[in-house]
Amino acid sequence: MLLKIKNLDCRRGNKLIIANVSFNLKSGECLILKGPNGSGKTTLLRYIAGLSTNNLLNDNIAYSGHLDGVKSTLTVQENLKFWSGIYNTNNMTNVIKTLKLNDFQNRIAGELSAGQKRRLGLARMLITNAKIWLMDEPTVSLDKTTTTLISEIITQHCKEGGAAIISTHVNLNLPSSKVLDISEFKPEIDKEFDPFLEGIF
Amino acid sequence: MWSLILRDIRLALRSGGGFVLTLAFFLIVIMIVPFGVGADLGLLSRIAPGILWIGALLSCLLSLDRIFQLDWEDGTLEALATSPIPLSGIATAKATAHWLTTGLPITLASLPLGYLLNLNHNSYFLLLTSLAIGTPALSFIGTFGAALTVGVKRGGLLLSLLILPLYIPTLMLGAQSMSVGTNNPIELLALIAAISFMCIALLPFACAIALRANLK
Repeated sequence: MLLKIKNLDCRRGNKLIIANVSFNLKSGECLILKGPNGSGKTTLLRYIAGLSTNNLLNDNIAYSGHLDGVKSTLTVQENLKFWSGIYNTNNMTNVIKTLKLNDFQNRIAGELSAGQKRRLGLARMLITNAKIWLMDEPTVSLDKTTTTLISEIITQHCKEGGAAIISTHVNLNLPSSKVLDISEFKPEIDKEFDPFLEGIF
Repeated sequence: MWSLILRDIRLALRSGGGFVLTLAFFLIVIMIVPFGVGADLGLLSRIAPGILWIGALLSCLLSLDRIFQLDWEDGTLEALATSPIPLSGIATAKATAHWLTTGLPITLASLPLGYLLNLNHNSYFLLLTSLAIGTPALSFIGTFGAALTVGVKRGGLLLSLLILPLYIPTLMLGAQSMSVGTNNPIELLALIAAISFMCIALLPFACAIALRANLK
């Protein structure tokens, strides 16, 4: 079992967005989060990534949010080299090849299109060598070909023993994936809470 | 952590990175003082330590909102927060990079600028030493302020209001160590070093708490 979530309550600000979320994620599995806008998909991913809690739920996690985390004044290669240094990995050349970034690896990231930037942002996930990928709308700004490429990369990651939790409105055609409808976890009563009393600071 | 320091230095040196801007601002602030107070060499010599320290402090302040804000806006801070480096380590790396691209150049540039202000000949060593050991405190305090205001849009003014009062002890001790009539500047330098060491030891943890609260 790579990840076990049990009765997780997620808040945005002081409002309870989803309550009692429970699921297990095994090696090789892919969990697709579905639900309308504002249902709490991003909030859940941020909780699992450890951004909204004081402790990481799992330290073998890589998170990719709405923003690409790309520095526009650095080249594609410099951006990836930076993340390689942070995660102490040496698979940058393979990642460039896998995500087909070869043609513009020496270009300044600010000159890339939105789709190319997204691809560069997703390259970080491969650099991390993390087992669990948390991806929030990974296919935004991507064309059909690149969306297929991303699906293939996620499939390969799961085949190699990894797992992924993906929030998406696009059908990624991922094998061995299960769907979690977030709207099922909407709390019946919107409980307010005091962040100071909850010890959030 | 070295990757983060090297990346921040590289970003500061690139166009729009703020390195040249900070240094140019320091140069201009010091250069306009003689135009304001006149060509009285005795007066310039007396006020030189204070002016040089105030110039260093304001130049430092100019680049503080860049420490976390740009990373926050493009999603890098979120990605870094989920990386194996703890938030206190990220804050230390950021403050170190800020000192290397702001405090260190200001310290080196202060020597020729001291000459412009007719700084006492015996004070050059003290100027260099006090800035070299005092500017790390400015960078670490500034990083703390930047961590507190990271989620605030156009938080530059708020950051200045928060940080400037915290700079006062370093400013007073730094300027006083060079003033004519100071009997034992070594004691003052030791106090500046103590402030810097305290900031380096404690503030990264405070930064981590502030960043964690803002990321929520």
